[in-house]
Amino acid sequence: MPKVTYIEGKEPDEREHRLIFRNIDRKGWNPSLKKYLSDGGYKALEKSLQMEPGEVTQEVKQSGLRGRGGAGFPTGVKWGFIPPGNKKPVYLICNCDESEPGTFKDRYIVHQDPHQLIEGMVISCFAVGAKLAYIYIREEFPEAARIVENAIKEARKAGFLGEKICGSDFSCEFYVHRGAGAYICGEETGLIESLEGKRPYPRIKPPYFPAAMGLYMCPTIVNNVETLCHVKHIIEMGGDSYAEIGTPRNTGTRILCVSGDVQKPGYYEIEVGKMTMGELLNDVCGGPLEGRTFKAVIPGGSSAKILRCSDTYNVSCPPGTDKREITFDEIPLDFDTMAACGSMAGSGGVIVMDDSRRMSWVLNNINEFYAHESCGQCTPCREGSTWMKKITDRLVAGKASPADLDTLESVAYQIDGKTICAFGEACSWPVEGMIDKFRDELLTDTAEDHAAVTRNPEQKAQRRYLKGVGAQVGSS
Amino acid sequence: MPQTILTDQVTSHETTGTKHHPPFEADRAIEKEANARIDQYPAEQKRSAVLPLLHIVQSKFGYISSDAIEWVAAKLDVEPIKVEEVVTFYPGLRQHAPGKYHIRVCRTLSCAMGGSYELMDKICELAGINRSQTSHHNPVAVSPCGTWSVEFAECLASCGSAPVCLVNDDFHEDLPAEKASELLESYK
Repeated sequence: MPKVTYIEGKEPDEREHRLIFRNIDRKGWNPSLKKYLSDGGYKALEKSLQMEPGEVTQEVKQSGLRGRGGAGFPTGVKWGFIPPGNKKPVYLICNCDESEPGTFKDRYIVHQDPHQLIEGMVISCFAVGAKLAYIYIREEFPEAARIVENAIKEARKAGFLGEKICGSDFSCEFYVHRGAGAYICGEETGLIESLEGKRPYPRIKPPYFPAAMGLYMCPTIVNNVETLCHVKHIIEMGGDSYAEIGTPRNTGTRILCVSGDVQKPGYYEIEVGKMTMGELLNDVCGGPLEGRTFKAVIPGGSSAKILRCSDTYNVSCPPGTDKREITFDEIPLDFDTMAACGSMAGSGGVIVMDDSRRMSWVLNNINEFYAHESCGQCTPCREGSTWMKKITDRLVAGKASPADLDTLESVAYQIDGKTICAFGEACSWPVEGMIDKFRDELLTDTAEDHAAVTRNPEQKAQRRYLKGVGAQVGSS
Repeated sequence: MPQTILTDQVTSHETTGTKHHPPFEADRAIEKEANARIDQYPAEQKRSAVLPLLHIVQSKFGYISSDAIEWVAAKLDVEPIKVEEVVTFYPGLRQHAPGKYHIRVCRTLSCAMGGSYELMDKICELAGINRSQTSHHNPVAVSPCGTWSVEFAECLASCGSAPVCLVNDDFHEDLPAEKASELLESYK
């Protein structure tokens, strides 16, 4: 069986706008340098080396690029946070710890098109003045680590990396650093601690903003894989031309990862804000499964609050105009409207649930993830994430009392905003969102006759599992 | 937390998988590989190489024994506890021998919706594994013959082709429970 997903010649949907994913599944494509060069590779790097580092940063600022890792923070602005007159070494870290449930875009870039990432990274290193960069790859991508290390070797040999890159005065070196299966390493300060060889306990901001006090207490820029790839295209086409893709304040393309109950799950690269939720799910993804209807969608990775498909949303659409009522299908896929709808575009992981799913089961699955992944540094999160899981264990087992839902909600609000890093929000938002939208359903799940939960075979399997391991089902 | 769980977490114990993995030994090849990794970090920041060194150990010997922890600590000029605290934190690092083939099934939302719990049940049934004693503290369950071991993984980042699993370093996707026997057969 193949180790790398590669569906040769799989055509993108005609409504897609492929920039970053142009070479993904492309016929005759492979991750070698030779292939990349034959397609005009490393031209953007050569172009950038003719510019001043400040000009490169300026192009990125003008492009309006917002980070694709989850927070959506403007990349150029982040780069600008390096203290002026800094004398310490500057580091760049590529965050390839892709671990937000529902997100699977970086996987394909590092497996199939590693040189695009390396080119984007060298340009970024040049812009911020970094001479050493690390690519932090999650442990669960062993093949990707090998592919990227090989690509680094190829690039070094060809003079795109190492001493005096492309004959210029700029030198820089890259290494792969593999994680070890911890979600918290996707948080930038946790990642830095991990890279320093410690437990990845996130640092508190302020004062530990990585751009000022990052790796080894030196200025450090941490960017997502997809973000760094965009830098290459921004230099190639110029910041202003890039900004014409997508919509104002939500520029460029982004890769949406659709999974769950749809006909055609997968990765789709679209212009930000130019496609609606309805177009994505019904047209591009082929609609719900046979005989089913869409019930709810988590639009930006499992920590985003859930949206109910039957709701209307009172938002400014397009952003900047007067508020109006729009249906779920009309929500444009951008950062700002998604936030106005009460959720977030996050990492672009769209998880779809149809009417066969019981929300207590969904929430319990999410809670188990966060209970497992809390790093344990802050008490509200360490204790709270496990409490929330224990309560939803009872919901799923049909052994909860109506008061449990209030307890669940109260625990969530006592974590949210009270922890060092954003994991507190990541684990409490799904709970808050679910109770907000599906309180009635969750309440019926607390009733004695809990027949509906076993409607899905998978749900049955999970219930069997919960019983089998003697998890805290109804134990308190 | 009961004392037994704590003890269990910080010491390695024998499993039926032990026979498939050589005992830890720091030979010249491993020293060389380790030194190359250490060189990737600034000279005064050797501690950064703790994960790379632990990965070398785990990939060669299947798990990280206390001897290996002491070796890594000595290589990096840190106290063994600094290495041990890293080993006990990360879910990807093991202190007990897995089977010859270690299977990690993704259990997170999209895979669970796609039937990964059923896949896990089926794999356990075929491999003769009893998962009833596993928990988050001790996630790996090994078959009586030592050939197979299983654990649930948290999101393997391939939600669009659910359910998915890793067998050692090989990734498998679109793997409903019906394909479990085909999967195990391919490793026999």
